[in-house]
Amino acid sequence: MKSFLKTVAAAALVAATPFMAAADGHLGGERYILVSHAPDSDSWWNTIRNALTLAGEQMGVEVEYRNPPTGDIADMARIIEQAAASGPDGIITTLADPTVLGDSIRAAVDAGIDVIIMNSGTPEQAREVGALMYVGQPEYDAGFAAGQRAAGDGVTSFLCVNHVISNPVVAERCQGFADGLGVELGESMIDAGQDPQEIQNRVMAYLNANPDTDGILTLGPTSADPTILALEELGLAGDIYFGTFDLGENIVAGIRDGVIEWGIDQQPFLQAYLPVVVLTNYHRYGVLPGNNINSGPGFITADGLELVEALAGEYR
Amino acid sequence: MSDSDTGNAAQAGGPEDERIKEIGGLRQWLIRPELGGIVGTIAVFVFFGILAGDSGMFNAQGIMNWSLISAQFMIIAVGACMLMVAGEFDLSVGSMIGFAGISIAMFGVVWGLPMWLAILVTFAICIAIGAINGFIVVRTGLPSFIVTLAFLFILRGFTIFIPQTVENRTIIGGIEEAAEGDWLAALFASDIMGWLFVWLADIGLVDTFQRGTREGQPVVDGIPMLIVWAIVLVIVGHTILTRTRFGNWIFAAGGDAQAARYVGVPVDRVKITMFMTTAFCATVFACCQVFEFGSAAADRGILKEFEAIIAVVIGGALLTGGYGSVMGAALGALIFGVVQQGLFFADVESSLFRVFLGVILLLAVILNTYIRRIITGER
Repeated sequence: MKSFLKTVAAAALVAATPFMAAADGHLGGERYILVSHAPDSDSWWNTIRNALTLAGEQMGVEVEYRNPPTGDIADMARIIEQAAASGPDGIITTLADPTVLGDSIRAAVDAGIDVIIMNSGTPEQAREVGALMYVGQPEYDAGFAAGQRAAGDGVTSFLCVNHVISNPVVAERCQGFADGLGVELGESMIDAGQDPQEIQNRVMAYLNANPDTDGILTLGPTSADPTILALEELGLAGDIYFGTFDLGENIVAGIRDGVIEWGIDQQPFLQAYLPVVVLTNYHRYGVLPGNNINSGPGFITADGLELVEALAGEYR
Repeated sequence: MSDSDTGNAAQAGGPEDERIKEIGGLRQWLIRPELGGIVGTIAVFVFFGILAGDSGMFNAQGIMNWSLISAQFMIIAVGACMLMVAGEFDLSVGSMIGFAGISIAMFGVVWGLPMWLAILVTFAICIAIGAINGFIVVRTGLPSFIVTLAFLFILRGFTIFIPQTVENRTIIGGIEEAAEGDWLAALFASDIMGWLFVWLADIGLVDTFQRGTREGQPVVDGIPMLIVWAIVLVIVGHTILTRTRFGNWIFAAGGDAQAARYVGVPVDRVKITMFMTTAFCATVFACCQVFEFGSAAADRGILKEFEAIIAVVIGGALLTGGYGSVMGAALGALIFGVVQQGLFFADVESSLFRVFLGVILLLAVILNTYIRRIITGER
């Protein structure tokens, strides 16, 4: 116990010496931290990181990317607190779960740090936590638009392959799609897990058990890629109406080959890029767009795929 | 077999009785399991003091941040450490955290029990599961690795299945409202000693909020109950392990279970109790998390079992049992928390931070083992 107390005392001594408040207000070299909810394994966020780096270079500011390794939102709240403690000029963060993240974000705002919400969350939630604005794709609306489009193309029943069942925001895409189609979500949404082989098998099992399914919605490359393989194995590739959220190399190839009807691009590039630009200009010149920015949904079909194809997984 | 003195007849070889041999002060200090933890803690603070001293890591928010993370590790490390000293370990800790959180939310929010009752029921269920873990281990003789690995999946499965089936979602909020004014929930969520921070802010040692509804208030509200729990558990665990007969039983059960049985130690009971202790610690962790963040999610606590083991091992405990200290585990948790957060403040690329963490873990363990072998002359 004694040695423990000594250690604590020593630690406190070390801790107390470099006491200093965060310095800000320097023109050029502003520091922005982007915090995401994505686990390390989620490759979709690579685009975000690339766009963030590019924006940092172009604007001449320092940028950092942080995420909870396992995707644990409670860990993410700590990362936001940590980011705030390091005294950056701005924090760009997703609002994957307002209940958990709200207090941490509000504390950062109250401590004088400008916050922009990107990707997950809604404009209302962003306003509630005191953020400057929301940059992203309203998930339910995007799903609804996709559902209407599919209904127009004659889809009557569907399977929604959800690989992030723990994120209710993502599940709203399935709900929106069902409402857009005008059918009950019911048992149509499956918890696919993150493992590609498992996802493939679950999709095959579902389609075997529900042979009248005529549409599939996947929520990102993690679930789309194995679903493509599942459809090929079942001989349904190109026959079944298949739409997906987000882009990736395999999705783009799928659109080109006619396996996938469309990909909904929420343009992650803009979600990371625009907040950096907005924050920099706000801090340097005091200008701020008067509204939230919708980065999506944009439907990408076989027309005009070339640029998308060249940059898929990198900036698209 | 109940007379403990008879068991030692064989080992008295030298002229003097080894059990009462004088050990020099320095040597006694060096063979403490905490040594690696103490050295490591100092090293880590010096390291980050130099590397990240001006980054905000040591302002009030920064200190609170890594203290919270360390306290989280500490809470589960106390249970993991005592269990490891007893010769077993528990891979279901992380799943238990998620399970306990969802359980509180299901009973307290979905099924409408008063929050204190939901908490007590959850503790009862989780400790019972810990007992089942331990019972299976001691009855079947299977490695605890396998049994608790099974529970890692069983608990995680139920944690997703139950809220999914009942509520059609895997994150359950509304806990803050349900816990409003609850006496037991307050034990896990609130901050204490807020006046201290107001005073610290007054004399300029702690920053204040610059705007918003909390303008002028210190950026740190007080000491979170999470930290209080960590300290209490460490003290209680340390006392039990070093000052009580039961503590001796734990060491004996982990050191050589058969020999311990010969001298009358109820090894099975000790081990089962330790499994219940890890479950208890995991549930405390879950309570603090649930009441702080106001929601429970099915994916909470993933990989936390390994983080607990890492903290314990950095703290000098032997994976094979019979050697270790709660104080060491607490320091291990502190090191782990400080390193994990400090690398961020030192501006290390986040994908590299786990490399650093792994290297530091490896170094700590090698150093611990090396020092211990030199000093004690074991193996």
